[in-house]
Amino acid sequence: MGKGFSVLRADQERIVLIIAAVLFLAAAIFLPGFLEPSNLIAIIRSISVLGILAAGMAIVIIGRGIDLSAVAVMAMSVAWYLQMLGTRSPDWMALLYAVAAVLAIGLINGFLVAYADVPAIFVTLASGSFVFGFVRSQLINQDAIAVPPEHWIERLGRLRIEGIPSEVFIFFGITCIAFIFLRYTKWGRYVYYAGDNPVTARNSGIPVRPMLVLRYIISALTAFIAGLLTASSLLSINTRVVNSTLLYDIILVVVIGGIGLSGGKGSMRNVIVGALLIGIMLNVMTILDIPNIYQNLIKSTILLIAIIIDGLMNPRDEQTAQQGDI
Amino acid sequence: MFGIAKSIAAAALVAALAFTSTAQAQEDPGPAAYDAALKGKRVILVPMAMGFDLAQGWATYIKREVEGFGGVFETRDPNWSAEAGAQAITEAISSSARPDVLVVHSPDLNSYAKILKKAQKAGIYVILIDNPANFAADAFIGSDWDRLGQLEAEAVIKGCGENSSKKIGLVQGDQVNASSLYQYAGIMKILDKHPDFKVVAKPDSNWDATTSRNVTTTMLQQHPDICGIIDFWDGDATGAAAAIRDAGKQDAIYLVTTGGGEKVDCDNLESGVFDAVVTTELHNQSRDINAIIKFLLQSGQPPGTSKTYIYTLEKATTKADLTPNSCWDLKALQSASK
Repeated sequence: MGKGFSVLRADQERIVLIIAAVLFLAAAIFLPGFLEPSNLIAIIRSISVLGILAAGMAIVIIGRGIDLSAVAVMAMSVAWYLQMLGTRSPDWMALLYAVAAVLAIGLINGFLVAYADVPAIFVTLASGSFVFGFVRSQLINQDAIAVPPEHWIERLGRLRIEGIPSEVFIFFGITCIAFIFLRYTKWGRYVYYAGDNPVTARNSGIPVRPMLVLRYIISALTAFIAGLLTASSLLSINTRVVNSTLLYDIILVVVIGGIGLSGGKGSMRNVIVGALLIGIMLNVMTILDIPNIYQNLIKSTILLIAIIIDGLMNPRDEQTAQQGDI
Repeated sequence: MFGIAKSIAAAALVAALAFTSTAQAQEDPGPAAYDAALKGKRVILVPMAMGFDLAQGWATYIKREVEGFGGVFETRDPNWSAEAGAQAITEAISSSARPDVLVVHSPDLNSYAKILKKAQKAGIYVILIDNPANFAADAFIGSDWDRLGQLEAEAVIKGCGENSSKKIGLVQGDQVNASSLYQYAGIMKILDKHPDFKVVAKPDSNWDATTSRNVTTTMLQQHPDICGIIDFWDGDATGAAAAIRDAGKQDAIYLVTTGGGEKVDCDNLESGVFDAVVTTELHNQSRDINAIIKFLLQSGQPPGTSKTYIYTLEKATTKADLTPNSCWDLKALQSASK
C-alpha cells in the first residue's frame, strides 16, 4: 500500500477535517447562535445515533464488507421489543428475545458471507428486506411503536450529565471501545489484515471466517443500541426510517471520514470526523432554512465527491480484488 | 239460504285473502336494485401504506360496509413507496379480477395521475382520499388541507396569545405532498391577516420524527423565544415535542399538529405532548367514502363523469375540550369488526 510521496499526500481524513473546520469557523462568524454551547451539544447529539451506526458499519467496511441491513435491524428489533412490552412478556424476557434475534441476524449475515461466499452487499440487502418484511408483517401491527410510560428507555432519554444528553456519552463510549478493539487487540488487527488481503490473512493462519461472522454480529448489536437510543429520545420508534436515506447517510459518514470502501484502512477517528462534518453541515443548512430536497442534493453531491476522491486515493488492488467487492 | 250466505262468506274470505296476499307482494324495488348494483363488486383500497392509523381505520370501515352489501374488499400495501403503489394500481387494472372501485391515497400531486386516468378508461371508478392530486377523480374525500392549515394557524395564534413573542416555527412535511403544500398555504393565509405574527423558520421533516427533532432543536436554538410551532403531521411531531421537552420549554411553546385522531393523539393532548391537534374525523370521513362507493356503483354513469369534492368537517382539539369521543381507538375498532 506504500506510496512514494507520502509527505505531500493529503489524506482524506485531513481534507475532511479541514473542510469541517472551515465550515465551523464560517458558521461561527456568520451565523448568530451557532457557537452557543447548547447548539454545539445539539450538533453532537444529532449525530450520535448516526455515529454509532457508522462505527458498526466502519468495522465491517474495514474488514472489506458492508452491512446494508443495519437500519432495518435497528428499527425492527427495537420495534419488536417495544411491541412485546405492550403485549405479554416481562421486560427482561422481551429484551432477551430481541437481543437473541439481533444476534441471529448478525450470525446469519456473517455465515452467508464467510462460509457460503455470497457477496456481502447481496446478503445484507436481502437480510435487511427480510427483517423489515417479516417483523412488519408478522410481529408488529403499526409503523410506529411507542415506548411505554416510565420505561427504562424513557428514563435513559431523559438522562443528562452536566446537561449533556446520554446519547452523546454512549456515542463516545462506543467509538472508544471500537477504537481500543481495532487498535490494541489482536482481533482488531486481524480485521485490518483480513480487509487488506483476505487470502494472505488466511494463509498466515488468521481465522478469517469466524472473524467475519463476528464483525456482522458487532454491526447488528450496534444497530440495536442505536435503535434503543432513537426510541429513548423520540419515545417511539418509527419503522418508516428503513425507507429513509439513513442507510446512505451512514455510508456517507464512513466514506467521507476517509475509510476506503475497499477495506483494510481507517479507524474510529475517521468516523468521528465524518460524523462531525455531516452534523455541522446539517445544522448549518437547517439554520439557513434550506429545504430538504436541496439538503439531500448537497449531501449526495458531497458523497459523490468523497467516493471519487476515495477511488483516486485508494485504487482497487487488482491482486486482491474479488467479484462482489465494493 | 245458508248456501248463499256460506258462499258469500267464502267469497269475502277469498277476497280478503287475495287482498292480503297482494299486499304482501307489494315489494320495495330499492333493495333489489341495490343488490343488483352492488353485489359481488370489488373495491380495492391503495393507501400510502397500511401501517398507520388512518389507513387501518379506513380499511376497517370500508371492509365492513363493502362486505355488508356482498362485495369484495381488498387492500394493497405500498409501504410508503410511490412506485409500489403505482405497480399495485397497474396490476389491479390489468388483472382478471378487475376492481370496480379504486380508493386511492395519493403520495403526491402527480405520481398516479396517468395510471388513474387509465383505470377510469378501463371502467373503474376512482376515489381519491386524504391527499388531493392533479387528476379528475370521480370523487375526492378528505381534508381541505388549506382550511386545515388555517385551523392550525388560528390555534397557534390563540395558544401564543397577544402578549407573546409572536414568533412561530413551522415543521413542514416536504415540498411535493399536496397535504404539506396546501397546509402551508392555509397557514400563511391566516398569518397574513395577523401581520404581527411571524414565521421565523420553516424546515422540512420529510415526515421523519428524528429529523423533526433535529430541526426543531436547531430552530429553538436560533430562536429561543418562539411561542408556537406547527408540525405538519402527528407522525413526526413526536420529534418536535421531544426537542421542546429537551429544551425544557413545554410550558412556553404551543405545539399544534394534525393527525388521524387516533387514541394516541388524545393521549398526547392529555399528557401535554401536543397542545392542539386538528384531527380527521375518521368515522364521518369513512362514511362519506362508503356513501360515494355505493352511489357510484348504482349511478350507471361511466367513470370520470362526476367530479365531486367531499371535505371532512374538522376542528382543532385541545386538552380543554377533550371528551371520551374526541378520538377513536384503532384496537377497539378492529376488534369490534372481527
